[in-house]
Amino acid sequence: MSEGSQIRQWIIARAGTWRAVVQNTALLRSRRHATVQEALTAVESYRALARDLATARRVAPNSRTTAGLESLYGQLHGVINRRPRAGIAAFRSLLSVDVPRAVRELRARILSMALLMGISALAGWWLIETFPTLIGLFASDDMIEHVEQGHLWTEGIINIMPSSILSVSILANNIVVSVLAFCAGIFLGLGTLYLIAMNGLMLGAAFALVHQHGLARALFEFIIAHGPVELSVICIAGATGVALGESIIRPTLDSRRDSFQACAHRVAPLLLLCAVLLVGCGFIEGFVSPDPTFPIASRITIGFGYWLIMWALLTGRLFVERPLLRRAVGA
Amino acid sequence: MTDDQLTVHSVTGVDLTLSIAGPGTRSYAFVVDWHIRLLLACAWLLAAYYLFNMPLKLKTAGALVSVLPAAIIYFLYHPILEVAMQGRTPGKRMAGVRILSRDGGPPSVTALLIRNIFRLIDSLPATYMIGLVTCFMTANRVRIGDMAAGTLLVLDNTAAEKSLARIEALAAGSQLPLDALELVDQVLQRWESLETDSRARIARALLGRLEASAEPPALAALSDSDLRAKLQSHLSSREPAASHV
Repeated sequence: MSEGSQIRQWIIARAGTWRAVVQNTALLRSRRHATVQEALTAVESYRALARDLATARRVAPNSRTTAGLESLYGQLHGVINRRPRAGIAAFRSLLSVDVPRAVRELRARILSMALLMGISALAGWWLIETFPTLIGLFASDDMIEHVEQGHLWTEGIINIMPSSILSVSILANNIVVSVLAFCAGIFLGLGTLYLIAMNGLMLGAAFALVHQHGLARALFEFIIAHGPVELSVICIAGATGVALGESIIRPTLDSRRDSFQACAHRVAPLLLLCAVLLVGCGFIEGFVSPDPTFPIASRITIGFGYWLIMWALLTGRLFVERPLLRRAVGA
Repeated sequence: MTDDQLTVHSVTGVDLTLSIAGPGTRSYAFVVDWHIRLLLACAWLLAAYYLFNMPLKLKTAGALVSVLPAAIIYFLYHPILEVAMQGRTPGKRMAGVRILSRDGGPPSVTALLIRNIFRLIDSLPATYMIGLVTCFMTANRVRIGDMAAGTLLVLDNTAAEKSLARIEALAAGSQLPLDALELVDQVLQRWESLETDSRARIARALLGRLEASAEPPALAALSDSDLRAKLQSHLSSREPAASHV
């Protein structure tokens, strides 16, 4: 029997199996779950397909049959290596394990970012106190005009824009700033440092401006409800960006790319939580902060209460994961 | 192994070869997706304005129903669809590509979110310039978002997979060697889409190699339908051909 004839016979003998594998793979790919029997069959098909692919690569390296087997093998590889969908359990694990672990890892960097923001704010304050004309660098003309007339730019804002719209626009803006602080870490962390320093500088400058016009207390009353969490979250996002930059400068794995990837995956859950916290901040800033009917005590309570919730979430105290062993024994 | 292929080790000992999509395929998929999300967002705005009389002004409460969903469609199109469609979007489907993790498996939700977060950097300064330049420069043709997420854009070779379904019948009905068999089958499948002159030239060249006894003048005298019928006969012939490709 010639080689060509042997190949044809082999194809005829194996084609039925391949057809079944194509059908089963398509079925498994379209479904979220598989039974134990289906999983075992898939693993067995994967082994069989590996043998067939090795043969096809040897006897017909550039054929469409080999390309088809390569494609099918890849699909089955994907099905077998699919991560389990843990649903609520994964969410709980994210809050009780991943986020606290990332916070522990980034603790020093979070404090550094808070320090950088604080120093930048003081620098901004000093700059405007010493050279008041420089306020144009940090605030818009409209904002300066409002303050010079003895009003905060935030006064009456809910008469111009509904609180709901205000909240959505604020939370979208804050999330973009936080995500940018994280992503800017790709520029060896310098982008993040610049963003945090600029935010601190602008905050200090704004406080200096309102202080010069006797409105410091009014601004404090405005920001106290949402500010503690908002500023903390920006510092945390900054810390994630700095960690990203550091993973490129000082890789801890085989390559800078691997280190960068591993770092992004480690800190991503924290960034996700930050985004959720900023949604809350947006609603507070849209509904509570600009509303003059809220007394200062309520604002302080909301501000620090929300900050405590954030702290409990970050440290994993709000969702404590029960050890699996204890659960199993209890059951 | 070239830059356009990635080998992934498998527990079976037979490595998996992934065909990496280049910047061209990537751009094609993106442009298709961009048009889809723009059209969807515009369609929502028009529907909100004309059908439900919702204002399109940003500073009114109606914007929550008119502008906000349109913005969500436009900005969250990629993350939502990539998570829902397991690494694909309509544009990627049209371009025949799929997102996979570097181990050849489907990407996790976290990886897809990270990949999309980094669009902020990849899209800088405009028209995805950083992302495009990175695609040209990196080993696996990936943008920064893919590097951070540990993902790849690979070609989905569904056409080759479909050929598996036909190969059994072809191998059973013909005596041609596998490469010649596949070549004849491909030409016949594409027959209608090929120009008459081109397909006649290809068919004569193929028949000249498949049939050693065939003289060029005799092949030149065959009409378009005769050439097709002659090629067809090779797919179903039980007799061994005199000479093969």
